[in-house]
Amino acid sequence: MLRIEGVTKAYPGVVANSDVSFSIAPGEVHALLGENGAGKSTLVKMIYGLVKPDSGSMRFRGATYAPAQPSAARALGVAMVFQHFSLFEALNVAENVALGMENPPPMAELASRIRQVSEEYGLPLDPGRMVGDLSAGERQRVEIVRCLLQDPKLLIMDEPTSVLTPQEVGILFRTLRQLSAEGTAILYISHKLEEIRALCDGATILRRGKVVGTCTPREVSAREMAEMMVGQTLTPPERAPRRDWGDAVPALQVKALSVASPIPFGTSLKEIGFDVGRGEILGIAGVAGNGQDELLLALSGELRTAPGMVVAAGVPLGAAGPNERRRAGFVAAPEDRLGHAAAPDMSLVENAFLSGAIRKRLTRKGFIDRAATRAFAEQIVKDYDVRTPGTWVAARALSGGNLQKFVVGRELSQDPQIILINQPTWGVDAAAAAAIRQAILDRAESGAAVVVISQDLDELLEIADSFAVLNEGRLTVPRPVQGLSVDEIGLMMGGAHGAEAAHA
Amino acid sequence: MLGGIDPVVLIAALMVASVPILLAAIGELVVEKAGVLNLGVEGMMIMGAICGFATAVSTGSVWLGFVGGALGGAGLSLIFAFLTQIMLANQTATGLALTLFGLGFSSLIGQGYGGMKPPPIGPVPFGPLADLPVLGKILFSHDPMVYVSIAVVAATAWFLKKTRKGLILKAVGENHDAAHALGYKVVRIRVLAILFGGALAGLGGSYVSLVRVPQWTDGITAGAGWIALAIVVFGSWKPWRVLLGAWLFGGITVLQLNMQAAGSWLPVQYLSMSPYLITILVLVVMSADRSRAAMNAPAALGKNFQASR
Repeated sequence: MLRIEGVTKAYPGVVANSDVSFSIAPGEVHALLGENGAGKSTLVKMIYGLVKPDSGSMRFRGATYAPAQPSAARALGVAMVFQHFSLFEALNVAENVALGMENPPPMAELASRIRQVSEEYGLPLDPGRMVGDLSAGERQRVEIVRCLLQDPKLLIMDEPTSVLTPQEVGILFRTLRQLSAEGTAILYISHKLEEIRALCDGATILRRGKVVGTCTPREVSAREMAEMMVGQTLTPPERAPRRDWGDAVPALQVKALSVASPIPFGTSLKEIGFDVGRGEILGIAGVAGNGQDELLLALSGELRTAPGMVVAAGVPLGAAGPNERRRAGFVAAPEDRLGHAAAPDMSLVENAFLSGAIRKRLTRKGFIDRAATRAFAEQIVKDYDVRTPGTWVAARALSGGNLQKFVVGRELSQDPQIILINQPTWGVDAAAAAAIRQAILDRAESGAAVVVISQDLDELLEIADSFAVLNEGRLTVPRPVQGLSVDEIGLMMGGAHGAEAAHA
Repeated sequence: MLGGIDPVVLIAALMVASVPILLAAIGELVVEKAGVLNLGVEGMMIMGAICGFATAVSTGSVWLGFVGGALGGAGLSLIFAFLTQIMLANQTATGLALTLFGLGFSSLIGQGYGGMKPPPIGPVPFGPLADLPVLGKILFSHDPMVYVSIAVVAATAWFLKKTRKGLILKAVGENHDAAHALGYKVVRIRVLAILFGGALAGLGGSYVSLVRVPQWTDGITAGAGWIALAIVVFGSWKPWRVLLGAWLFGGITVLQLNMQAAGSWLPVQYLSMSPYLITILVLVVMSADRSRAAMNAPAALGKNFQASR
């Protein structure tokens, strides 16, 4: 149905796609697989007419295909669901759908057709609701219904599951299978390998803009696919046996930490207590929204508490602000990269300065030491393989995974004594995730106390020494990871209340 | 308080007094709905005032004068469009510069036009309707531009609410990245909106110099552009509320003049500042609800758009 031959696209400083060829048959669910920055997004933008290829050709349903703009692509039956939703929050569902169509019918008729299609495919939607009030899953439905109303022959989905709950992923997959059974070809972009194995009939793997292989996802393991993607054998992180540092007091003590949440509708922290010694990694699990953000704020110093609630090497720091804590050896990487961990419109050099100024001594007599700051930023880019044209680019220009590498790298490069990280590998591809985990382990080995908050259980069990669960603002008693069974973890995650009741 | 002031005359007068700010505010509303904040309304109005005046005096036609005024305002807004949409200059700074430039440039063009009289414009002949008691005076005794301005409000409201082009315009002002991803020409749509806003501001300005005053003096618009900007926020970006706002502000202006003439006990300064106080009050009340949607402000207002790869 769609055949792409030798497509090349170069941007100043980077070749996004180089001689890419693949094809999709009617009814096929085809995966486009690759690390961050491998050129997947550029490729689909060319198919959707947002970007023109420098060379190469595309054929769609037997005819030469070179859409000058998205409306031309839509007219020929190509529809796309975007990674970052292309929706308008202040408009209602029907208006949003109308904006994505070439010749929308009058609003009343459109509303009834939206109802009809959404029922047909098991995607309930109310056309009159404001999109701003919808959940992430419902918003995606709006995009999908918008595509379906145009009777697409080829549906492009760019990382559709990154914002969905497991239940919503299930609904989405049912819809996609129904579509493929009806003969619609689906181009599915993701780096979640298990999803691809469950859903896709074929896969094309991209690395640094080139096709490096094809496979049938059902017949190969996720690990094999990951290795094709990365182009090297993946090694699980190495860990040396923990050294006994022989400290009298733990590096970080948290005692009966209770604080109201500063976030609207947030979760207040209740009586949280744990110790982390030098060289130890404490993994904190839990479903998002159970106080993870608040805990990181309270530990990093953005949210201040009574002095004795946070104690570093015997010094009470609960009332100290972030800079004072940095001086005491803290570094923190919050979950929200753009806006919280990094200032979107400032360059990487400036962002490196913002958090590194104190520990890396990047100021001289109150002025910024430009040369040292640039060297620091360049070091991070090099050490953590951040793919960027240079350190002068704005943080927002980096893809999510690359920015994550930069932010984590920036914190870990500051010779920290206490490391606080929320979601260290969120949105990062397999190779980079392994590198970040290894870097955390290396820091711990050289004597840092680490608190990792994550929703990825496998990740925590891989790197943490001790394990606790955060549930409605309460933390279970940390337990050593070694010897912890899956059943026990399940109990900790579900039964935090029971444990709490036993305490009382 | 109304001693010596005829309410019928007052209402009839406020409908005339509100025409310039109404036209300028509706133009700015469309611009802001497209996501552009043009603070140069005052500058575009006064350019419209002088261009309209000069055209009318030299051609002898008040109608050509209005056309000239609209062209003058649109011409100045073209500079704004080029700087902010093509060169990606900061919209706030560019808008302020536009006002300063317009005030100076209009006064340069206006040399030699002082003391002249523009051709007159009469009321629309409604025949017997104009003789109705009360209603005749309020509704049927005005010049054509009063009715044109209200028609513009209706047309704008219809365009934004009912048409597909209006929907696209709102979409661009709501989320320009999403609109671009769907294949809409963000910059082209915004430039057209800016030109429309400039033309209406110029039209409003020419009404000041051709009908309200009617003559040319430097700085003739006297801050009307700023009031128009305030009315857009006051009317929470809705055309009919903007009409109400314009009548309110126009009414207060007229009332204050009448009270001065009637020798009121209340210092007129309080009345002169009341429109601005009300604007501040409305803004505070509306922004108490922290979500921006509650204020109905376009989400991409004042943000420049650059197509990314």
